[in-house]
Amino acid sequence: MSEPVSPAAHPLDEIPPRDHARPTDRLVSFAKRWLSAALSQGTAMPAIASLVIIAVFFQSQSQYFLSPGNLSNLAVQATLVAIIALGEIFVLLLGDIDLSLGSMAGASAALLGVMITNGHMPWLLAIFIMLAFGALLGSFQGWWIAWLGIPAFVVTLAGNMGFLGLQLYILGPNGTLGIFDPNIAALSGTELPVSVGWILAAIVGVAVVASTLVRYARGGVAVRSLSRPVVVGVLIVVAVAVFNASRGVPTPFLILIALLVVAWWVTMNTSPGRHLFAVGGNAEAARRAGVQVKRIRMAAFAVSGTLGAAGGLIAASYNGSAGTLTGGGTLLLEAIGAAVIGGTSLFGGRGSVWAALVGALIMSGVENGLDLMNSDQPVKYMVQGVIVLLAVSLDTILRRRQSRGRQLGAAIA
Amino acid sequence: MMVSESGDLQADRSEPGRQAAPIAAERQSVMPRGGEAVAPSEALRVDGVSKSFGLVQALYRVSLSVDHGEVVALVGDNGAGKSTLIKVISGVIVPDEGQLYVNGERVVVRSPNDAAQCGIRTIHQDLALADNLDVVENLYLGRELFRGVGPLRRLDFAAMRQRTAAALLELGIGTISNIRTPMAQLSGGQRQTVAVARATLENCPILLFDEPTASLGLKEARHVIELVQRLRAQGTAILIITHNMRQVFEVADRIVVLHLGKVGAVLRPSSTTPEVVVRAIMGKAP
Repeated sequence: MSEPVSPAAHPLDEIPPRDHARPTDRLVSFAKRWLSAALSQGTAMPAIASLVIIAVFFQSQSQYFLSPGNLSNLAVQATLVAIIALGEIFVLLLGDIDLSLGSMAGASAALLGVMITNGHMPWLLAIFIMLAFGALLGSFQGWWIAWLGIPAFVVTLAGNMGFLGLQLYILGPNGTLGIFDPNIAALSGTELPVSVGWILAAIVGVAVVASTLVRYARGGVAVRSLSRPVVVGVLIVVAVAVFNASRGVPTPFLILIALLVVAWWVTMNTSPGRHLFAVGGNAEAARRAGVQVKRIRMAAFAVSGTLGAAGGLIAASYNGSAGTLTGGGTLLLEAIGAAVIGGTSLFGGRGSVWAALVGALIMSGVENGLDLMNSDQPVKYMVQGVIVLLAVSLDTILRRRQSRGRQLGAAIA
Repeated sequence: MMVSESGDLQADRSEPGRQAAPIAAERQSVMPRGGEAVAPSEALRVDGVSKSFGLVQALYRVSLSVDHGEVVALVGDNGAGKSTLIKVISGVIVPDEGQLYVNGERVVVRSPNDAAQCGIRTIHQDLALADNLDVVENLYLGRELFRGVGPLRRLDFAAMRQRTAAALLELGIGTISNIRTPMAQLSGGQRQTVAVARATLENCPILLFDEPTASLGLKEARHVIELVQRLRAQGTAILIITHNMRQVFEVADRIVVLHLGKVGAVLRPSSTTPEVVVRAIMGKAP
């Protein structure tokens, strides 16, 4: 008779039989299994551990690093990179890459400037049009990639140059458009009142706990997974306390969290979201299973473009203008680096939207910490380069291990 | 998708260096009913399917049929065109010419989705699994279960897990202890059992098996053979590719031998021997 098949919720739920090993051995064994599970599933846990190390190191170098005021600034700094990284993650999950998000953000910001400053358009309508513009540009690229089979690297490289030209064309001969709408400025320059921050934290905390309890009652999660809402709750309380100790929760950071929650829900709970992972893991297998691979690929680029435009909105709001440098510089490279550092695989099929937040915090945290240590720009670039190299190396090693494990499994069979 | 009398499968192509007369005779033997007459029990009919890849003619005017409650074994040497034929029927590749009939009705299968909507499910030789997804997600890929309505409509993981566990138990698969294990962490045999479970998850009227026991141990292979027999008893039409002659004679009602992309012979296990089948596979007269 065959053994029963258990619908366990997590590899860690497979509890090995109790033995008489020493507590330290068991602790080491658990740590190894945790690390193996975390790495193989592409979670952001190793990146979170890196974030803790960075925090401890820079706090030891500068007493201001973990101060509420600096952490609040860090959160605002990380927002733009994180939003672009989030857009990048949608295409990285497919195994593609989007090299045009920086100039797409710039072109969208330029369009916003024209609509607000020259056209005197209502700010909400202007934002809607600029986001639709980003979606259109993303879909345009997605069509070439999905239907004509042209590599994303080539299409988005061309898009990077083309959209930069579009940005300059929209901006016109002056090169910069001031955006003085107070509503647009409020998107990056305001904070939630302290009481509102706590009320929001309470609502989110209760929603997370209630959702987990409902899922537990339905048998959807294991007992061990009940610790997750506790961790989330503690994180929310700590974050709000830190922000409130400064000036309150920054609005752009709140926008980022809202985008991340929506993106998490879509990628984890909807079929198009899960199909992103399936296509990234094995596009042919997904096609044979009936997944509309071309549509998924085009949709991912449309979402990526929309988030590129959202990044342009935050950049324009933060700067109070749209210029030739909006979306330029190292923004795109930092965003790709943040996505990979956060645990998203460059080879597709592995990662999480939360990688955008964690990766952006690492990139911005290193920059911020080095600023506090009075390091020069060349040093900052070199340190960031080393971090990205280490993250990509880890990704490659994991992929190789996974492939080797599969070959071994086949050989054993 | 049931699409009647449309598509470009009708195109007639000239034969590149093939013999026409023996084919006609073979078609007669494959399809004793012949012509357009369709018996009520016929689940699947492949009629004159050809497929070439560049200069290589993988299939040339292949015709065969499978009745409800019948197991047809498709055998042949490497390169005979067995997997290509399975891919044509399952919509993975589009043939150059030929028609498919399901329950006597002409259908156009241009994608795996079309095949699934015609009630055709396939276990491919390469298994076609996503290594980064777990067992549950692979089983339900492309046919997920949902709960909720409107914008809150979401995947019903709890139901999918329960049904996956039940499906694996029903198949007698006890080698997978955790159905949330990513495919990459499973052995070849475990992966094959998942592929079998995926194809049989729904009660599809037509099942195509491309080497379903190639990576399995004796116990799992026995379960699959018993499953094939059980499905046949339930009325499922099964087309199975296997190199295992013992299994062929154990489960098949008819044996179709492919040789160099053509139907070489059609034999009944009750009136032939493995030696005769092997001779036919090698292209010698049975």
